[in-house]
Amino acid sequence: MRFSGLRVLREGLTGNKGWTPHWRDPEPKAEYDAIIIGGGGHGLSTAYYLAKNHGMTNIAVLEKGYLGGGNVGRNTTIVRANYGLEGNSQFYSHSLKLWEGLEQDLNYNAMMSQRGVLMLCHSDGQRDAFARRGNMMAAQGDDAELLNVDQVRHLLPYLDFDNTRFPIYGGLLHRRGGTARHDAVAWGYARGADQRGVDLIQQCEVTGIDIEQGVVMGVQTTRGPIRARKVGMVVAGRSSQVAAMAGMRLPVESHVLQAFVTEGIKPVIDHVISFGMGHFYISQSDKGGLVFGGDLDFYASYAARGNIPMMEHVMEAGMTLMPMIGKAKVLRSWGGIMDMTPDGSPIIDKTQTEGLFLNCGWCYGGFKAVPASGDAFAHLIATGEPHEAAAAYRLDRFRSGYGLMDEEATGSQHNLH
Amino acid sequence: MRISGKGMVDRSKPVTFRFDGVPYGGFAGDTVASALLANGVTLMGRSFKYHRPRGVLSAGSEEPNALITVGTGAQQEPNVRATQVEIHDGLSARSQNAWPTLDFDVMAVNDLAAPFLGAGFYYKTFMWPRRFWESIYEPVIRKAAGLGALSGQSNGDTYEKAFGFCDLLVIGAGPAGLMAALTAAQGGADVILADEDSLMGGRLNADSAGVAEQAGSDWAASIVAQLAAMENVRLMPRTTVTGVYDGGTFGALERVNQHHGARSGGAALECFWRITARRSVLAAGAIERPVAFRNNDRPGIMTAGAVRAYVNRWGVAPGKRVAVFCNNDDAHQTARDLEAVGLHVVAVIDSRADAVVEDFDGQVFAGAQVCNAGGRKALESITLRTAGGREETLQVDCLAMSGGWNPTVNLTCHLNGRPAWREDIHAFVPTEGAVPGMAAAGACAGVFSTAGCLADGVKAGKAALQALGRKPVDVDLPAAEDAPYRIAPLWAVAGGGRAWLDFQNDVTVKDVSQAAVENFKSVEHMKRYTTQGMATDQGKNSNVAALAVLADATGRGIPETGTTTFRPPYVPVAIAALGAGSQGHGFAPERWTTSHFRSVEMGAPMIEAGLWYRPSYFPRAGEQTWRESCDREVGYVRNSVGVCDVSTLGKIDIQGPDAAKLLDFVYTNMFSTLKVGRVRYGLMLREDGHVMDDGTCARLGAQHYLMTTTTAAAGAVMRHLEFVTQCLRPDWQVTFTSVTEQWAQFAIAGPQARVLVNEVLDVPIDGESWPFMACGAVTLGGIGGRLFRISFSGEHAYELAVPARFGAALFDELAKRSQALGGGPYGMEALNVLRIEKGFITHAEIEGRTTAFDVGMGRMISAKKDCIGKTMAARPGLVDVNRPQMVGLKPVDAQAKLTAGAHLFDAGVETIRENYQGHVSSVGYSPDLGRMIGLGFVRRGPERMGEVIHLVDRMRGVETEVEICGTVFLDPEGERVRG
Amino acid sequence: MRIECPICGERDRREFYYQGAAVMLARPGDAATEAEWQSYLHLRENPAGRTDELWQHEAGCRAWVVVTRDTTTHVIATVRLATDVAQTREATG
Repeated sequence: MRFSGLRVLREGLTGNKGWTPHWRDPEPKAEYDAIIIGGGGHGLSTAYYLAKNHGMTNIAVLEKGYLGGGNVGRNTTIVRANYGLEGNSQFYSHSLKLWEGLEQDLNYNAMMSQRGVLMLCHSDGQRDAFARRGNMMAAQGDDAELLNVDQVRHLLPYLDFDNTRFPIYGGLLHRRGGTARHDAVAWGYARGADQRGVDLIQQCEVTGIDIEQGVVMGVQTTRGPIRARKVGMVVAGRSSQVAAMAGMRLPVESHVLQAFVTEGIKPVIDHVISFGMGHFYISQSDKGGLVFGGDLDFYASYAARGNIPMMEHVMEAGMTLMPMIGKAKVLRSWGGIMDMTPDGSPIIDKTQTEGLFLNCGWCYGGFKAVPASGDAFAHLIATGEPHEAAAAYRLDRFRSGYGLMDEEATGSQHNLH
Repeated sequence: MRISGKGMVDRSKPVTFRFDGVPYGGFAGDTVASALLANGVTLMGRSFKYHRPRGVLSAGSEEPNALITVGTGAQQEPNVRATQVEIHDGLSARSQNAWPTLDFDVMAVNDLAAPFLGAGFYYKTFMWPRRFWESIYEPVIRKAAGLGALSGQSNGDTYEKAFGFCDLLVIGAGPAGLMAALTAAQGGADVILADEDSLMGGRLNADSAGVAEQAGSDWAASIVAQLAAMENVRLMPRTTVTGVYDGGTFGALERVNQHHGARSGGAALECFWRITARRSVLAAGAIERPVAFRNNDRPGIMTAGAVRAYVNRWGVAPGKRVAVFCNNDDAHQTARDLEAVGLHVVAVIDSRADAVVEDFDGQVFAGAQVCNAGGRKALESITLRTAGGREETLQVDCLAMSGGWNPTVNLTCHLNGRPAWREDIHAFVPTEGAVPGMAAAGACAGVFSTAGCLADGVKAGKAALQALGRKPVDVDLPAAEDAPYRIAPLWAVAGGGRAWLDFQNDVTVKDVSQAAVENFKSVEHMKRYTTQGMATDQGKNSNVAALAVLADATGRGIPETGTTTFRPPYVPVAIAALGAGSQGHGFAPERWTTSHFRSVEMGAPMIEAGLWYRPSYFPRAGEQTWRESCDREVGYVRNSVGVCDVSTLGKIDIQGPDAAKLLDFVYTNMFSTLKVGRVRYGLMLREDGHVMDDGTCARLGAQHYLMTTTTAAAGAVMRHLEFVTQCLRPDWQVTFTSVTEQWAQFAIAGPQARVLVNEVLDVPIDGESWPFMACGAVTLGGIGGRLFRISFSGEHAYELAVPARFGAALFDELAKRSQALGGGPYGMEALNVLRIEKGFITHAEIEGRTTAFDVGMGRMISAKKDCIGKTMAARPGLVDVNRPQMVGLKPVDAQAKLTAGAHLFDAGVETIRENYQGHVSSVGYSPDLGRMIGLGFVRRGPERMGEVIHLVDRMRGVETEVEICGTVFLDPEGERVRG
Repeated sequence: MRIECPICGERDRREFYYQGAAVMLARPGDAATEAEWQSYLHLRENPAGRTDELWQHEAGCRAWVVVTRDTTTHVIATVRLATDVAQTREATG
């Protein structure tokens, strides 16, 4: 079924009786050409691009819970390509381009809203660092503007400019950045993959990876063994456990990142804004809720929930930056599991096992990467060669020291990001 | 309509308030909802999507319909529940999400378009043409969405936060909570009893059932009084426990001053509590669930328990002709209570064929179901389908409905616990042990009779005492009703039309069914696709019914279908409360040096340096720009003498037999070989091989060093040293402490530096006694200080340290005397130029990704010893010649501007990412060289001296040619510093 | 979250700094291989369950402690002084 305004109209007039499932619930087959472990955003987009770009349709996505149940369904929905280091720069640039045509490609309204992302700076040094970053964005061909404080004031008059602990010096504006409806991204990719013949298998947990003489043969699951000569692991939040099934130890520590949404209120914030001194970022959803978050709770966790101290810190950042949000009420908080790598950048690579591929370590930046991660991972799985936009995401960079991408410049060992 | 002689409002205290501009009267003790109902106002809000007219559904914090905005100007607060707002004189409340008026809302047209606006319709359209999303569709949707509005003004109210500690936290002060608190308190435990209502007692205030042969509300008041008199009890009314966190910590919101008209007296509007409790008892009660039937959202349809609450607690008749529709015995009490106060009960409609309504003489329809409601802005009639299938219409203006009760399990699920389904009460109850140390008691544990709740409370109180290691106590259990709770499930009445589940978000039974058809069968999928349970009530009224409908649509049982996740906060909490204290300057501490006030007095703009403030420059009359001041201050240092407060640098005093070993281990270079009375520059790596920090370290004695760190890294370095000594080298005999704040330290730099130093020292020094890099003790006016001959400017310079209490006086003295010598104080701008001219690095260069190799200090990593970071620094990728390495940069055109953050490219190539060669890290205008100069990082930089490359800063519109040069721009031989 | 500092007693999590897996106590010696360093600094068990990790009572006595904690429930089993753990480790080789 093809979605359109006309279809909505027609169904509305005929009692909405003609809608059909967005995807099937197939039984797993005994063998596939490729298996993707993980039905989150990255797994689903990988399956979609394997089918669409590489003609691999005899493939399955195995999801232990429900589709899109991981971080793609629990994030702050921000899409941007404002990275400052080579490696990241080309990758997120590629991702943003895919985002820009996503709805038409998927025939699913993911509500990509290019409302502009503004990062605020609070010192001369930070402004110089933003200029450096903006210059990388521009050199990559993406948009970036360095605003002075008057320009920021004009754009966001409700920020506290005059009586605040860390005065605003300016900001780096990335107009093509914005937000997208997170769940719809997962569902759109799922539907697109399903329509191309991919089997999306929910409630199917992988319990083992079959490897013979260094070659992957398939997986064991709660719904029986499934054979495949190509297996992709893309299971944010459980990367270490799944990789352990293949005898691997990853450069990953999993942490919790909280985020918050307020009750719906009439539009007050038209952009995505990030506060350079407090790890605070905020936007307003189309439904009216202020969606915001901050830093990691800073302890390893798989609990997908946080604690009070960081929650308070996030609120405090909001109040010092934009005290007009004080009477908006927090409706709900949640936590995502962040697979943190030492340098804060992800991994898309082969493994020492032939036919076994790894996609992990998205830290707290995985949502905006969904399209390009899937595209690049599909390319790697299908061709055996890294996608040019993701060639920097090597697993061995920590060992060799080549191509470390410490975007935040806080270090390339654990827990500094 | 007010019922005479009924209710707990204070009739001696009339109150006037406004709703949508119209003045209404009520009494102290009323909520906006009860007072409006008393005034015959039933229309209080509009729903989110279809803008359906709505009245109150409930009488508590779960209210989904009657959301209002209170206050004006900056005090405006949207989305508050009329069922919780206590009225006071001057209260101004308004309806919201309606235009132009609540009564005539243009957007109600959405309701007519409902067939096209079903679950998830927006995922299927609004995609063409592409750019219309941002320009047309989204703005229209955004404008239509949202509920109330913020004022747009900065918060002007006071909010605060507090910590609380107790042995036992009791959440909810109904019969179970009161008995649990009383039992534990009598056993000597420190108890906090928190209840979100203004009046403790829970359902005892809303129901007519008696306790201990008195009215339930009277009994509750007596127990509250008894608890209030106990020193080990803190009663917290108007306090909602909002979240359960790890290790027995809880978040709680106290509404401190909101129920008063005036905001005077300094009391905060709200206080967010962080309560630490060794044990907790959850006695949060239960929430009654509606039944889904066609048009069940009409104003005048409310839960049966809410109707009883309005009658019994507030003395308000919610209607003149009331019907009761239920599937359980509990709701029958509503009919009896209404009759008891003389209200006309048109009928009791009980879906159970065998239902018998005891002590009720009116019309009963057993085995019947209400299948439609008439009237738009107010309920006018209901249509019921009898057991025999006949349809009958009754004229009513209020319907009390009950689909049974859901135990308020929310808090037991905040640590990822899942509730368990109980088939006998058709509801979820807490799973034991879901929250360590928490016991659920009373209705929230599925115990629904008053007697049962009282007993359960005592049991929980005793269990808490035992767990706390306290002696058990005997508590008299008061007598109360003990009626069984009989129920047969009824979630949705069959039939056409739209039947509401989530009232606020306008999610109907059809939406949930359609979601299932479209294969959104997981409860999480259904929730996200339909927005079921995502309204401000977080599904408190609707989630269980919705998943029952989903279970039915997918052919699964309810427990198998499962619940969505319960997450904090239990009720919405203002950001201002959670972030209290940070607005303005409260976000982070402010650290001031001893020269701070004098610098401010001298007009210096103070800039943030971490938590510190430092002077940017010291302007003089007649100077038009900061550059003029900066150039002048640079001149002080180059030509006479400048004074700069450097106290913000971290100072760590290190002592012990193994002090030298420690320094050799944390610095790349050797410190054990440093002579006493000498200073050495040191470079420190992280274990990952990148530069962590740099600074000087002085040897004050054989076993005594003083390390300095950069301002930014002081905390991290201290922690690092503690890590190394406690975790890696626990056997070493070395102790250290931060003395950053104990010493005020001033740089005195320039050709006249020694002259100035000798003016303040008791015993003058000379070049021989204090050569370059010497250090030692000195006295100033009899006060012990320290003098270091070190330089961050390349000039003959000292740093003079005195105990912090003398810092302000010394700064004044140095400023005055330096001015007499033709110099004066200088700020951060000049300091930056001075160090760039000499190629000294700061965190602009060692910004976290830089290696010793990158900054030309690769050889400072001693081959003779191990040190932190040494192994990793030797990784091939970290010493590759293709890495951008530090160089000096000077513009080919002397007038050209350089900017930090600019990128560098080979001359003549396209300035795209693929050709990136490096970046500019620091720039400054050198008055001596008469041009801007910079430091930067260029691939293979050191091999490329003299090469002209292209500098591009698209962010500032700068493009120019620069020559790669050495990093030392002035006095490359270093003669001045030794002079 | 509450952490029982062996020196100060039970304190709120906000007084503590988190460093990560306690494997950081076992710094490779002079003869260590590249694989040992890679293992020390980068590779992690990262268990969903009980794990030993290093925290510092930064806003208190500044002791480094080894916290044994479950990463799925956040429940803390034991807290030991890192110095003691490190010395025991050294003593037992």
